[in-house]
Formats: sequence, C-alpha cells, structure tokens
Amino acid sequence: MKQDVFPAGQGVRKRRSQWLAFGIFKLLSYSIVLILFAILGFIIYKGAGVISWEFLTTAPSDGMTGGGIWPAIVGTFYLMVGSALFAFPVGVMSGIYMNEYAPKGKLVRFIRMMTNNLSGIPSIVFGLFGMALFVKYMGFGDSILAGSLTLGLLCVPLVIRTTEEALKAIPDSFREGSLALGATKLQTIWHVILPMGMPNIITGLILALGRVSGETAPILFTCAAYFLPHLPHSMLDQCMALPYHLYVISTSGTDMESQLPLAYGTALVLILIILIINLSANALRRYFSNKVKTN
Amino acid sequence: MKRVWEKIVEGILTCSGFMTSLTILLIVVFLFAEALGLFNKKVIEEGYVLAVNKANPVQELSAAQIKDVFDEEITNWKELGGPDAEIKVFRLEDITSYFSEEELGAGYEKAPRCIGEIVAGDPGIIAFVPSKFIEKDFPGHLLQDESISFDEVFAGKEWFPTATPAPQFGFLPLITGTLWVSFFAILFALPFGLSVAVYMSEVADHRTRSFLKPVIELLSGIPSVVYGFFGLIVIVPLIQKAFNLPVGETGLAGSIVLAIMALPTIITVSEDAMRNCPRAMREASLALGATRWQTIYKVVIPFSVSGITSGVVLGIGRAIGETMAVLMVTGNAAVIPTTILEPLRTIPATIAAELGEAPAGGAHYEALFLLGVVLFFITMLINFSVEYISSRTNK
Repeated sequence: MKQDVFPAGQGVRKRRSQWLAFGIFKLLSYSIVLILFAILGFIIYKGAGVISWEFLTTAPSDGMTGGGIWPAIVGTFYLMVGSALFAFPVGVMSGIYMNEYAPKGKLVRFIRMMTNNLSGIPSIVFGLFGMALFVKYMGFGDSILAGSLTLGLLCVPLVIRTTEEALKAIPDSFREGSLALGATKLQTIWHVILPMGMPNIITGLILALGRVSGETAPILFTCAAYFLPHLPHSMLDQCMALPYHLYVISTSGTDMESQLPLAYGTALVLILIILIINLSANALRRYFSNKVKTN
Repeated sequence: MKRVWEKIVEGILTCSGFMTSLTILLIVVFLFAEALGLFNKKVIEEGYVLAVNKANPVQELSAAQIKDVFDEEITNWKELGGPDAEIKVFRLEDITSYFSEEELGAGYEKAPRCIGEIVAGDPGIIAFVPSKFIEKDFPGHLLQDESISFDEVFAGKEWFPTATPAPQFGFLPLITGTLWVSFFAILFALPFGLSVAVYMSEVADHRTRSFLKPVIELLSGIPSVVYGFFGLIVIVPLIQKAFNLPVGETGLAGSIVLAIMALPTIITVSEDAMRNCPRAMREASLALGATRWQTIYKVVIPFSVSGITSGVVLGIGRAIGETMAVLMVTGNAAVIPTTILEPLRTIPATIAAELGEAPAGGAHYEALFLLGVVLFFITMLINFSVEYISSRTNK
C-alpha cells in the first residue's frame, strides 16, 4: 500500500511550529533594536536640553552641581591619544609578526591564545595591574601617562586581532609577486602588504579608540581625578575623564536634583563621541571597500 | 647593510609579538606580589593587642570569634572554651570611666599601669589596646596573634575590611554574589541571544541582517558606565516599584544590565558558529522533507553547539568581570545572597569601590589585590575552556 509521506495534519503542524518559532525569533531580534533605541533615545532626550556651548567649554563649578565638562572632555582626549600612541605601534607590529613572520604552528597558536586571554581579562584587573606597575613600581603616580599605558595595554589585543585579520585577507599572490620581482620581505610588507591592509587596520584602530574612550575601571586608580580646576599641564598630571565624571556625578554627591541634568549631558557627550567613532569606522570601511571594487 | 636592517626590524616585530604574553606574565607577577602579603598580616589590627586576665585559659581566637565578641554576639567565655564568665569588652576609650584624667596623667603616660590594673581586676575582661601601652611586667596575658589564614579568607563568610579589632576578609559573599548575579544574567541573556543569533543567521534576509549587525555592534560599544547610569536611573526604580521593595538596587537590576551587556558577545559568537554550518548539511535536511525550523534545531544547532557554547562561556566571562555597571546598580551589600531581590556585591565592584580608600600596603589593600587574583584566575579558566571547546570543533 502506498503510504502518505506527508500526512496533511502533520504538515500543518510543522508549518505552524515553524511560524511560531520564527515569529518569536523575529520579535526578540527587534526587541534588541528596541533596547538600543530605548537607551540611546532616553539619554538623547534627557541630555539634549543640557548641552550648550557653555556646558561643553567650562569647568564644573559649585561643587559639581553647575558648570560644564570641558576638563573631562580634554582628559578623555588626552587618554585616547596617549593610549593610541602606545597601543597602535605595538599592536600593529605584533599583528604583522603574527601573520607574516611567526612560523605557523604551535608558536602562533600560543601567542594567539595569550592575546585572547589578555582580551578576556576584566578591565578592573587592568586597573589593579596599572596601579601596581605604573603608578607604584615605576613611580609615575596617578597620571595621564599611567592611565594611557593601562588603557593601551587593554586595547592591544583588539589592535592585534584587527591587524591580523586585515593582513590575512590579502591573497598570497601579492606577496609572491613582490618577492618574485626581487623585493625583500620587509620591502614587500612595507610597500605592498601594509598599504593594502591599511583601510581595515585603520578601521580597527578607530574602534579601539572607541573602546578606550568609554573605559572607567582601568583609570579609577591610575589617572582619574574627581575634580580639577585647571587642565593638566603635563603627562604626569592627573586628569578628569568623561566616563569617570559620569560615574562620580551620578552616584555620589549631595545635590542629586541639580547633578542629574549634568549627568545626562555627560552621558550624551560620551555616547555621541562613541557613536561618531563607530559610524566613522563603518563609513570608512564602506568607502574603502567601494574603492577597491571600482578600481 | 640592508640585511642588517631587515634583521633589526624582524627582531623588533618579534619582540612586539610576545608583548601580550609578557603582559599576562607581568599581571600575574604584580598581582601576586601585592596580594600575597595578606597571609603575613596578623588577624588583629596592626599595632594593637588583645589582653585578657591571667586566670583566663583562652590562648587564641579566630578573626570571626573576635568580631563576634566585640559585636557582643558572644557574651560568655564558655562559648570560646574558657571559664563560665561574662565577657567584658574593654576598648581604650573606655578607660576614662575607670580612671580620672589626673590618674592617667598628661598624654596618657600612666595609661599602661591603669590598663594593667583593669585587666588584672576583672576575670572576664578582654581589652583591645595599642601594643605600646603594654608594659613588660603586664599582669595579664596577651592572646596569640596568628597570621591571617587561607581558610579564613576563602571560606570566610563575612567581608568587613574596616572592622576593629579584627577586620574580616571572607571572600565567600563576594564570590557567591558575583556568580549569583552572572548566573541570572546568563539565564536572561541565553534564550534571548540564541534566538537573535538563529534569526540573524538562518531566517533574516540580507537587508534585515545588515540592519541588525550594526545595532548589535553599537550595543557592545556603549560604555559600561553608561549602562550603569541607565540602569540606575531607569531599571532600578522600575524594579523597586514592580516588586515593592525598600530599595531597587538589587541583584536583579545587576543581572538585567549584565544580560544586555552580555548579549552582543553571545549573539556574535553563536551566529558565526551557525553560519559555519555547511550548506550541504542544510540542503540534505531540507531535501528529506524537513521544514526550515526542523533543519535549524535538528541539524544547524547540534552542528554548531560548541561554537554556541563558546559564545555563552564568553558571555559569562564578560558578566563576571564587569565592573562599573554592576557597581552602580547592585547596591553593594556584602552578604551571601539568598534571593535575587536583595542587594549584593561582586568582586570587581568591591575592588573598584574600596581600593581608593585602602591604604597601600595594608591588609585591606592586599585583600583587594587577592580578589583581583581570584578574578584573574576565574577569567583565565573561562578563556582556556573556550579555547578547549573551540579546538575540539576544528578537529
């Protein structure tokens, strides 16, 4: 007797359960979008009224209940530049070594494992380490230098990974072509590989900057100051920073009523910086990938 | 010349290649260097002693016992293995109720003798006094002051680092608090994250995907302090109202914030894993008459289960190590949690909140570094298990 492979009832049931499952997935996926927009929208809505030229360009006053956030913006900028100066060369060189020089096999696996481990270490542990090594042992004290180095170490793994991935995407035929023309390995890397990988590397670097600008825990004990009436004079001064400032004015203080608007404003500025960084990285990526296609 | 130059550059590159390994080594060295001093520190606060009457047979007390005595939870020496006598707690500031200022002399110069008299005069007394006030011919005996032991720290149920005379460095409430809040965070994030990952990798069309991808990237780019701020202003009052609690800063608030923060990690890693499922396997399943949904949960998910596991484990790691957001919303009460609706305190939050006030080199400071060591090893364990899981996939 011929059996009905797909009895009608079963087919309907199957389709119904698929419809239900996919419906739930879709719902949950869009609720993620909702979460993001809720967070961003809330902070933009509450913070937009606070932001003014004066808020951006003056120092806090009246015991953190008035004034602006200029020193914190400057401090965050210094920390970003400082950590970039440390992390970018080290990270990019390390990525080049991993992809171009290191003998494939156990060694690369080991280094990659260590890099992954480093990127998994919580930021507060970096804070402790930075305090023990840079602040105390090396004697930098609470300073921009100590904070930048700590933040730099934190984002080195990210820079390494993006560099490695950028270089891995370049086909070996380019390397072979260059070497066949008589170029040395270093010349090949400098004149062929790096220029080709640069767009992706730069995108990674920008994203690393975004990460640095929002970190609080590593600078708690290495650099951040609760309040400074003046801008830092040298690398060995403390500085204020946006994320730490947000933490301070939203959790401690005497006059929550008047501090809260400032906190919204600070959060908005911080979010905007990170949005700009992320969007520009994305735009850059798209720009370069279009350019490669049309050529 | 050229070759020398090449060699130099290669050397520099090699050195920077080992930068990360070196950093991890340095982290271990420096954390341990600062932390291990804790076990050389005495139980009783530095510069102080505990003195009892000569007739009292009790020789030593543990940190927890000392705290109970001075909190007047233990009131009889019988409970500590001594005679049946009421415990009389004596602190230096009580001395003025025994002696007048004249008897003590200017600048407390006669205080040592007075303390001796007090201790000798009361069989149930326990005196907490600076060691400089103890004379050679002291008429009582001093309790032995042991070093802080491993057990007291890792099995200690109380974290009270500023307690006198014996600060309590029990890690148990902090470790359980961390695990508790992370456990609930993953409980919330897991179904959520997996659904989104399945949707993005299997169901959504290209346009939806390229819309969701940046959203998730952005979600992972938001700084933790902003999540904490959002949690503090929005989620905490919501929870307080919804469950009718005295305070909204609870483990639940922390878990929700952590769940949102762990989502991007879980989604990205498990989505990648599912995308790696070979097309042929999917097609074979579909050709056998399975629906897309059946293919997903009978073929794609079992195939990518190790990748999904790595994603979840990484998410747990992210939750355990998260500092600022948790610090801002969990209320920071160092008690062993029994429900999720009470304030609790995690390891990273403790370090962040207390290191600024702990004098460098003191027992409290070293205990915080030891917490850092614990945290470091927990995350190392997590990283290695991820490594192990994903190395099994490649075979």
